[in-house]
Amino acid sequence: MVIFLAKRTVFMVLTMIAVSILLILLLEVNVGSLPTRVLGPYITEVQAAQWLEDEGYNRPIYVRYFEWVGDMLTGDFGYSTRFQIPVSEVLWERLGNTALLAFFVFALMVPLSLTLGILSGMREGSGLDRSISFVSVLTTSIPEFASAVLLSTIFVFALGWLEGTVGSGDGFHWTQMILPVTVLVLYGFGYIARMMRASMAEVMQSPYIRTAILKGLPYRRVIIRHALRNALIAPFTVIILQINWLLSGVIVVEFFFSYDGFGALLLEGAQNTDIDLIQACAMIAVVVAVSTQTIADIGYTYLNPRIRFS
Amino acid sequence: MTDTTSGTPLGETVPRRQHPLVRTLKSIALIRESTIGVIGVAIVMFWVFVAIFAPWLAPYDPTLQINPLQNAGPFSCAEPGLRFLTAEGIATTDGSECYLLGGDQLGRDVLSRIIYGAQSVLFYAPLATACAYAVGIVMGLLAGYRRGWVDDVLSRIGDMILSFPVLVLYVVIITAFGPSDLNIVLAVTFASAPGIMRIVRGLVLDLRNRDYVGAAQTRGESSFYIMFVEILPNARGPLIVDACLRLGYTTITLGVLGFLGLGLPPPDPNWGNLIAENREVVFTTPYSTLFPCIAISSLVLGLNMLADGLREVSLKD
Repeated sequence: MVIFLAKRTVFMVLTMIAVSILLILLLEVNVGSLPTRVLGPYITEVQAAQWLEDEGYNRPIYVRYFEWVGDMLTGDFGYSTRFQIPVSEVLWERLGNTALLAFFVFALMVPLSLTLGILSGMREGSGLDRSISFVSVLTTSIPEFASAVLLSTIFVFALGWLEGTVGSGDGFHWTQMILPVTVLVLYGFGYIARMMRASMAEVMQSPYIRTAILKGLPYRRVIIRHALRNALIAPFTVIILQINWLLSGVIVVEFFFSYDGFGALLLEGAQNTDIDLIQACAMIAVVVAVSTQTIADIGYTYLNPRIRFS
Repeated sequence: MTDTTSGTPLGETVPRRQHPLVRTLKSIALIRESTIGVIGVAIVMFWVFVAIFAPWLAPYDPTLQINPLQNAGPFSCAEPGLRFLTAEGIATTDGSECYLLGGDQLGRDVLSRIIYGAQSVLFYAPLATACAYAVGIVMGLLAGYRRGWVDDVLSRIGDMILSFPVLVLYVVIITAFGPSDLNIVLAVTFASAPGIMRIVRGLVLDLRNRDYVGAAQTRGESSFYIMFVEILPNARGPLIVDACLRLGYTTITLGVLGFLGLGLPPPDPNWGNLIAENREVVFTTPYSTLFPCIAISSLVLGLNMLADGLREVSLKD
């Protein structure tokens, strides 16, 4: 177990290092345009060259890489040319907003998808199972931006019940969260529900469940005490890995509803070629994604008695 | 998928071995046994038809701007006698200009733009998916058949790329190289190939120990021949299903990139761009965004149903 943990941690760190190298290499292409972004469009070539020299961009890339990593580790994420302030001043607030959004999404999506998955996996092939499967295929076929348009047409345009944009600046009303959260839940729940269904269906066919039913235990008790304990192991991983997917999903949803979150920030950086901002956001996204993958792996190993005791 | 070794009862002459392509097509034709698959095929074929016959189907030029019909609702017609600018000069409406699905922010016909957009979507999504498949299959065959350090290196690179949240990866790549059709195809290839590699690798690990692979090795065939002629055709079943699903994802990805303003540059009427162009008016006149959304969702739904149908049929075999 200790060896396994160490291995996973080493691999996690290696992935982060490799990704950070990839990031700096990819964005290196745009360094030439930096002086214009900082100093304005009317600078001369001499001024641009001087700025690059002064800021240390003419040093070899590996020197700058180590400097960047060192800065990152001490919490200095560089300077945003878009907002004209240090990246860290805008980053944490935006991350907090996204965390809030993600919290609501998970609080809604996990119970909903697990319940639906269990219900359809319990009696495979039943009418309920078929309709749940169809709904989950349907909702995963509709991209986030399309369901955002669809829902806002209904609830903002036609019915006028909700507002389409989330107020920025000082706080927002909880009703403004309904649409963004619903869009993300709609797109994401189908996948978890299908995994839960498959896992449940597999467990239901196992001999120990048949034994439990045949020895006369109440059906409810068989499901809750016997089936669920094993059936929930596989979806656990899937749920944690959804955080990775959510990091993509929030970009679209935050952009659409003008929500001041992390995804919108990354996109704003991209639209303005704000290199420090993109690097910081992308690196944070990768750190979150890789750590959740590691947690999912370790958690799965720990939860599964077949692996834990071997 | 059909098993080619069985199905010849004793006493009958062994039928001539059909070309692998013919056999693949025949097994795909089995889709007619699955209701959900048939619906999927119908939806996909509908859009293919629309894309091919776009110039005849579209009632208007997709770039023609009839200003009086800006942000018009469905079934609205221009009042006669209003002037608008065309490429030839100033024209006057005679009351016959009607937009079935309404007009967009610039007064262009939403229906015509959706019809022409189908061309763009059905060209770039399959192209990008095919490129990703070409790279993913080669990587997967090498990793699964060669094993050893080749496998280790390729799998680690794949794990690394897959650890990126996918849209973050697209944003970074497209910021670095700029949005153009080539870069978008490359970005999709880069981001999807590792996933395809994983699937192919898994299939190859299972197939490489089969007798016919051993026979080919004994005959002294090159590993290139074994990988592409012996192993790959036998892995086609799951790959076809996966390709349909992935084509759906790629369609969504292209739509999302267009929507975020990182997709194909503006004059292109692909559905993501249509939504992006009219995003400002989505809460006041939603028609210009709603219909492209329905178009893209229906195509993806069709592809997903097609994949489900193929899976159903292949399990039945």
